[in-house]
Amino acid sequence: MRLPLLALLARGPAHGYELKQDLEQLLGSAYPQPNVGQIYVTLGRLERSGLIEGEEVEQAGRPNKKTYRLTDTGREAVRDWFQKPEDEPRVRDEFFMKLALAPQTGLADQVALINKQRRQYLNTMRNLSKLAAAEDRDNRIAHLLIEGAMLHLQADLDWLERCQEELEELE
Amino acid sequence: MSDVRAPVLLRAEGLVKTHHGEGAPACAVRGVDLSVARGEFVAVTGPSGAGKSTLLHLLGGLQRPDEGSIWLDGRCTDSYSEARWAEERRSGIGIVFQFFNLVSNLSVADNVELPALLAGRSPKQARAEREALLAELGLQGKERSMPGELSGGEQQRVALARALVNHPPLLLADEPAGSLDSKGTREVMRLLSRFHRRGQSIVLVTHDARLASAADRVISFFDGRIVDDAELDGTTPSRGPGISGVLELKD
Repeated sequence: MRLPLLALLARGPAHGYELKQDLEQLLGSAYPQPNVGQIYVTLGRLERSGLIEGEEVEQAGRPNKKTYRLTDTGREAVRDWFQKPEDEPRVRDEFFMKLALAPQTGLADQVALINKQRRQYLNTMRNLSKLAAAEDRDNRIAHLLIEGAMLHLQADLDWLERCQEELEELE
Repeated sequence: MSDVRAPVLLRAEGLVKTHHGEGAPACAVRGVDLSVARGEFVAVTGPSGAGKSTLLHLLGGLQRPDEGSIWLDGRCTDSYSEARWAEERRSGIGIVFQFFNLVSNLSVADNVELPALLAGRSPKQARAEREALLAELGLQGKERSMPGELSGGEQQRVALARALVNHPPLLLADEPAGSLDSKGTREVMRLLSRFHRRGQSIVLVTHDARLASAADRVISFFDGRIVDDAELDGTTPSRGPGISGVLELKD
């Protein structure tokens, strides 16, 4: 959450609730909605580490709100963030461990494990399709996010297929 | 399976099909039992070469099984002649293929109207059906185009209109998005879902899990056999760990 918040502040000062709304609007309904408490906690930490500066703004008849702006160090952190490529996603190692260990334990069948895992992915895929259908058509970023998730799942499903093919050959 | 809820539209028992090409005989389908309820949307997925297209061809009478039987709406098709199957494919079963298979020297309008005319509709009825379907599929203004002038996505929509013009109870789709880009795939998925919501029964063969996930039920096909047959639950999308796990942005 730290760097997305800093990146949003690179446009100009904003307060916590604005940042939550901006993030929601940008990412659409598929992305787990940021909890406003979590955002305030993160902003507090960012302020203590000197990446942002807060300023109390008085509001008529309401409690003060705090507006944050990016410091030079903060801007540098965002630049670094954009500069570095991210690690590649990891293969789902927990399922892989189950698959690898099943025959030795005698407690689970590999093909049954694959089938169960496939059902799980397909159901998630279906839910993603529904989210895509419900998402605002013009929100391209949100659609790209969902499509990315679907392509990852497709790859996981392809890999399950490969596992199944190998196991069938061994039979 | 859902045949307790709705009457069975399609039933297959003990289907076997072996291809005798050059080299050793290849078993494409080896002992398949399958039942599809009216209104159901079933996807068959599996790696290429698993025999899923052959299975679909058997279900549509495009190939005949070496063993086993198929019932359509309770009628056994064992004794069907080629002509009887052709008749079935005009009114009882609509089929769409990966490469559209439109008649290249007929206009879009004629491609869609032809099966209606062959099924005995009047030219006026055929035109009305065609107009309604093309409008529904967003193809107004393309009536006079030739298939070759259209994009792949558009051609597949024309093929879909042609398959549905006689309101067949069953739609068979063989990799309908197999030669389309990601946008075309989404479009096909949206249309299949829409027709399904109106009660169209669909059997879809695809290796694309995104497309398969539009179905109510997904059959996994491996090496000529059904290895899993899963109902996808109709739960509404949640922000449960399933989805957010895939989407999670790490701190």
